[in-house]
Amino acid sequence: MDSILQGLGQAFWLIITFDPDLYEIIAMSLRVSLSAVLVASAIGLPLGAWLAVNRFRWRRTTIAVLNALMGLPPVVVGLFVYLLLSRSGPFGVLGLLFTPSAMIIAQVIIITPLIASISHQAIRDLWAEYHDLLISMNATRGQRIRALLWDGRRALLTATLAGFGRAIGEVGAIMIVGGSIEHSTRVLTTAIALETSKGNLEFALGLGVVLIALAVAVNMTIHGLSGTERAPAW
Amino acid sequence: MSTLAGTLATGAAQGCEAGAGTRQPLLPLVLERAEARARGKLLIGPVDLTLGRSGFTIVMGPNGSGKTTLLRLMHGLQRLSAGTIRWNLPEPIARKRQAYVFQAPIMMRRSVLDSIAYPLLLRGTPRSEARARAADWAVRVGLGAALHRPAPVLSGGEKQKLALARALIGGPEILFLDEPCANLDGRATREIETILLDARAGGTRIVMATHDMGQARRLASEVLFLYGGRVHESGAAKGFFAAPETPEARAFMNGEIVE
Ligand SMILES: Nc1ncnc2c1ncn2[C@@H]1O[C@H](COP(=O)(O)OP(=O)(O)O)[C@@H](O)[C@H]1O
Ligand SMILES: [Mg+2]
Repeated sequence: MDSILQGLGQAFWLIITFDPDLYEIIAMSLRVSLSAVLVASAIGLPLGAWLAVNRFRWRRTTIAVLNALMGLPPVVVGLFVYLLLSRSGPFGVLGLLFTPSAMIIAQVIIITPLIASISHQAIRDLWAEYHDLLISMNATRGQRIRALLWDGRRALLTATLAGFGRAIGEVGAIMIVGGSIEHSTRVLTTAIALETSKGNLEFALGLGVVLIALAVAVNMTIHGLSGTERAPAW
Repeated sequence: MSTLAGTLATGAAQGCEAGAGTRQPLLPLVLERAEARARGKLLIGPVDLTLGRSGFTIVMGPNGSGKTTLLRLMHGLQRLSAGTIRWNLPEPIARKRQAYVFQAPIMMRRSVLDSIAYPLLLRGTPRSEARARAADWAVRVGLGAALHRPAPVLSGGEKQKLALARALIGGPEILFLDEPCANLDGRATREIETILLDARAGGTRIVMATHDMGQARRLASEVLFLYGGRVHESGAAKGFFAAPETPEARAFMNGEIVE
């Protein structure tokens, strides 16, 4: 118990004195996860909305695949990206393995299905609600999608935040493709694993506190957003 | 073709106001042997009817007799399975000059003002003008104090008034309403009736389903009595209310249960 409290104290000390190693790792984590969320949202949000309002032959299959992809074990994604980017792999010449780009690619693969799936559900429900009205008012296809995206913006933001939450806390895939190299690809999660195994507990705790704070902030924001969705003072 | 283009141009120039003078009228609407089916099952039809240029048509009939399906069919929300539906104008133009008020009002997740303005925005009216006209309509339907409230938090009666303003703001030539007062108290019902009579006086053709016999008597100029998915009896309101011709309509008017 004492050692935990002591560790926590030192952790806060590292945080408030702006320990450069700690903040370097935080910055790398944010850089990787935010980039991944940006790319995954750019793909996942329009994909989700498009799946919600269009009827086409492979729609059900696409949605099933999307949901299956959502359950992909990150470690397997990491392995897959590793094979693609390794020197003998098809994209080996790009030299991306063990760089932040490799980690971003892996995280994009992990969170795009999540973002697409959440936004698909939200837009689909909204479309079911709005369908007759928008048809009655003669809205064009483009106008319908715009109305759905705009009126569903909270749900879409929720999807994005959920993606961020998943990315920032992910460890398996980025460990494999990033390697947790000091001053280069070390992020919060991989650093915690590493520092703990080295017995560097206060540093690991400092990282843990930051990670938890980020996760809590994200979840509270999601909760706030979906809460206001129900009690419609959006 | 040249007359059609001319009609379109005038329509746009006049901002599609109701009763806009000289352009070619939308009505009459003619249904011939019209049928609606869902997965092969006949919902309504065959229906033959003509909606003339003016008037207030009340659609009555027991639950499940096909009132909602008929309104949706005429408005183009329900697919026609057989027969024909002919407006006096080509279908794409006809679609733009109608409005529909649903039994359960559909509220967009927007403010009252933006909800009422939305149909104008859809047809390219500049936002500031659309908002100004929407504010005007909000006042007319008694929502002047609720402009900036989210539409989904309104009461049932307020939602229905919003739906009415939203339907009327584009100046439709014909307005369909599906039991718009079904869940409202007497006062809200009267307020909505006043708005409808105003719209009618302004030249809007109205077709409305209702359960409320008193309301039917107050508003109708003609009656369609549906029974078993067909128009069982129809005619001028006066005659219908004084002496329904069919036993089913008579029983229905007497408040008996008509299966
Ligand atoms: N989408 C549908 N699928 C199957 N049956 C339907 C559908 N819509 C309506 N019906 C049936 O069609 C009949 C007419 O319904 P409706 O037009 O809603 O009647 P009303 O509005 O007069 O109560 C009812 O028997 C109803 O159950
Ligand atoms: Mg009905």
